[in-house]
Amino acid sequence: MNAPLRRVAISVLVLFTLLIVNVNIIQVVRADKLREDDRNTRVLAEEYDRERGSIVVAGNEIAVSVPTEDQLEYLRTYPQGPLYAAVTGYYSLVYGNTALEEAENDVLAGEDSRLFVRRIADLFTGRDPAGGDIVLTLDPAVQQAAMDGLSGVTGAVVALDPSTGAILGMASTPTYDPAQLSSHDPAAIRAYMDQITAGDGPDPRVNRAIGDNYPPGSLFKVIVSAAALKEGYKPDTVVPAPDILTLPQTSTQLRNFNNSRCSGSQEQPLIDALTISCNTAFAQLGIDLGEDKVRAMAEAFGLDDEGMEIPLPVVDSHVGDIESDAALGQTSIGQRDVRMTVLQAALVAATVANDGKQMKPYLVDQVLAPDLSVIDETDPEELREPISAEIADQLTQMMISVVARGSGKAARIQGMDVAGKTGTAQVREGVRDHNWFMGFAPADDPKIAVAVFVANGGGTGGDTSAPIARKVMQAYFEGQGG
Amino acid sequence: MPGPLTDPRGTAAGDTPTRRGTEAALLGFAVLITVVAQAIVDLTVTGSIRPEMAGFSAWIAALWVVAHLVVRKWASYADPLLLPAVALLVGLGLTVIHRLDLAAEQVGSSVTREDAPVQLVWATLGVALFVGLLVTVRDHRALSRFAYTLALLGIVLLALPAVLPASMSEVNGAKIWIRVAGFSIQPGEFAKLCLIVFFAAYLEDKRDVLALASRKVAGLELPRGRDLGPVLLAWVLSILVLVFERDLGSSLLLFGIFVVMLYIATERASWLFIGLGLFAGGALVAYQVFGHVRARVDTWLDPFAYVDGAGYQLVQSLFGLGTGGLFGAGLGGGRPDQVPVAKSDFIASAVGEELGLFGLVAVIVVYLVLVERGLRTSLVVRDPFGKLLAAGLAFAIAWQVFVVLGGVTGLLPLTGLTTPFLAYGGSSLVANFVLVALLVRISDAARRPAAPHAAPVRLGDAPTEVVMP
Repeated sequence: MNAPLRRVAISVLVLFTLLIVNVNIIQVVRADKLREDDRNTRVLAEEYDRERGSIVVAGNEIAVSVPTEDQLEYLRTYPQGPLYAAVTGYYSLVYGNTALEEAENDVLAGEDSRLFVRRIADLFTGRDPAGGDIVLTLDPAVQQAAMDGLSGVTGAVVALDPSTGAILGMASTPTYDPAQLSSHDPAAIRAYMDQITAGDGPDPRVNRAIGDNYPPGSLFKVIVSAAALKEGYKPDTVVPAPDILTLPQTSTQLRNFNNSRCSGSQEQPLIDALTISCNTAFAQLGIDLGEDKVRAMAEAFGLDDEGMEIPLPVVDSHVGDIESDAALGQTSIGQRDVRMTVLQAALVAATVANDGKQMKPYLVDQVLAPDLSVIDETDPEELREPISAEIADQLTQMMISVVARGSGKAARIQGMDVAGKTGTAQVREGVRDHNWFMGFAPADDPKIAVAVFVANGGGTGGDTSAPIARKVMQAYFEGQGG
Repeated sequence: MPGPLTDPRGTAAGDTPTRRGTEAALLGFAVLITVVAQAIVDLTVTGSIRPEMAGFSAWIAALWVVAHLVVRKWASYADPLLLPAVALLVGLGLTVIHRLDLAAEQVGSSVTREDAPVQLVWATLGVALFVGLLVTVRDHRALSRFAYTLALLGIVLLALPAVLPASMSEVNGAKIWIRVAGFSIQPGEFAKLCLIVFFAAYLEDKRDVLALASRKVAGLELPRGRDLGPVLLAWVLSILVLVFERDLGSSLLLFGIFVVMLYIATERASWLFIGLGLFAGGALVAYQVFGHVRARVDTWLDPFAYVDGAGYQLVQSLFGLGTGGLFGAGLGGGRPDQVPVAKSDFIASAVGEELGLFGLVAVIVVYLVLVERGLRTSLVVRDPFGKLLAAGLAFAIAWQVFVVLGGVTGLLPLTGLTTPFLAYGGSSLVANFVLVALLVRISDAARRPAAPHAAPVRLGDAPTEVVMP
């Protein structure tokens, strides 16, 4: 019986080797995938045992972890509810982290290398490692005004400090309550997610300020103006402004908004063309300048730049293909394939406001250690200088004219000059237009630059978006004691 | 518990050392590991060592001291690795169960019962039976006389849950329990032992006949048609277990053990193929006919497709193992409580999560040592009954470990068998102590010198068989 016994012994060895090989596959080869699987709540659960850092706006915690009685030691709460949802994102057992909860996770979870020295100290002092805090650049009054302005519509607002790039406001609608996605009850989380994503309406999880791009419409005329000024045009240079422009080599007739007439003489000064947002004038101007000049100026303002992070990732803005002069004409009035994020629009306004210097936009002002000492601070950084101070000044004069006596009258603020530009972008046949406004104030010493986007608002940039921009700017000045 | 390296009687007998000193040292090591591991769990989870720790340490040490002394006295030539391997596995099992108790307290689970102390009581009962068996059964060959009684007992034990009302026998869909007055036992674990003893005796008796070949087909010498009876009977028994108790594991276990013992007894590989064929046929029919078998197989093939249902447990187990990685989260550092029934069926995934690949492989290797020492005993022992019994017992552990760990790690479909010695569950633990007592008893006979020093075999009524020298 010994021969079969030996074979059985060897077979057992083989079976156990199979077990060991299989365990190796799971715990080594597949380990990372299993560990990072969204449905694996272990790593997350470990995070929940630590006090996650707060996200702070003007001294108030807008995302804060509080101790609980249940199995996960800390609960993430958002005391302001949906107000800052676009910026904070959520911290969910079921759906993972988004927005700043994701982008700044290392700091918030206490794993950032800048916190490392303190963590070694934690080992010796026996404290539980805690996360660092993130202090944002946001201005609560601006944020509130932006969300109020967007109530009932789909859209986004971005407000910048033109001289630093600090983001003063970033709002997106429709929105949601991040606290409900960050609870400890998976069933409730799923139910809430189903509720906010039900139907085929706009997805509240998208931050429309940076998470998508849209045709900018007439906002783009500011860039074409900049290109013209750089080529020696002056604000009072008279340009052709026909009632109807037949695009070159096509039978396509380009008209002005509502088939209106720009000028009885079929020509007008550049400043007037911008003031009333004359389509035919800018289409012809773009064609006259040529694709290279228009594209170069757009890229100088940051279009076609890739991979911006604030630190939230920003969708790229781009000029798109321009196959012909006809396409160039349409591009010059912000149609065709031009796409801009709302942040990019705010950047264009802020660049004009800041003497042509574009500052890198940022949301995080300071990183604080658990003991609230500052371990990192963002220094304003110049990204690029698309236009000279002189051209910036001329553009400012033209944009003041837009608000003072043109399409942007609804953005006027008592006692100060406001510079701006409206935009009403056609989406496609049968879909209501997008409504834009970008601008800054005070025009002579800009403190705030704003871009407002209302998706499919159906009105014009002037009547739908300009009033929101005005309220946001006013809220800022009131908050500053002005 | 230091002891002399060799038993004086052993040296007096000649050149065969008893190796009791080795066993004592290894047992000491196992106790040390157990106590340290328990302390680490307490410190990691609660921050302080629980007050009952001293009592626990003393108790667990006492268990193995007693077991060791009994082996020293009544089975002095026993294999020195069997008991320490068991001690290590039991100690680790108690530690992991205690760790899961603490996890349940942490999450404020409504079930506040602590299972580790209960398991310790079962281990104590196991050691008591171990001692009792070694003291009363001085020669394993005596067991063969009760073969048919044991067979009857085994079948009754196996069948009992099937005939009892579901309220007394069914837990989580498997009808394998007897629940009386707050106690629940799995008679299948004891039936397994009874049947292995019976198989050994029966095959010793009939192996010459069963080895007769009728004709040769494709190089295989096939048995005679009328000799197919026993294997068919075993197969039918397994199928009945599957049908009436919905117990895939025991069914697979019993049939596998029988076929392998049949192969060892007859040295005919054809029995393996016949067994395999019967198994394949049975498996195919079972898959077609029984929803619960089909569900198990489907879940096994793609657990992630059933992550919210039948696959949840396995997926959680895989997550635990993956998160544990090479070195594990450390005892008390993981979340093994996220795997449902981690204490019993899925205890191996808790080991893999907290002790990592190294820990889990170490446990598998300890099982391998246990099994291979058992098979070695079978090789060395001189009487056919002892050979078959030791082989059957050792293979039973091997097969069960393979099927259970294979299930928990997604290599095989889940079967619902328990991990021997490690998992929570009184019946399994106690039965496996009896199993290892039998192995110790046979290994003592295997290694004991045949010199006149050997104690005279007392079999009560004189046996009719001739004892082979």
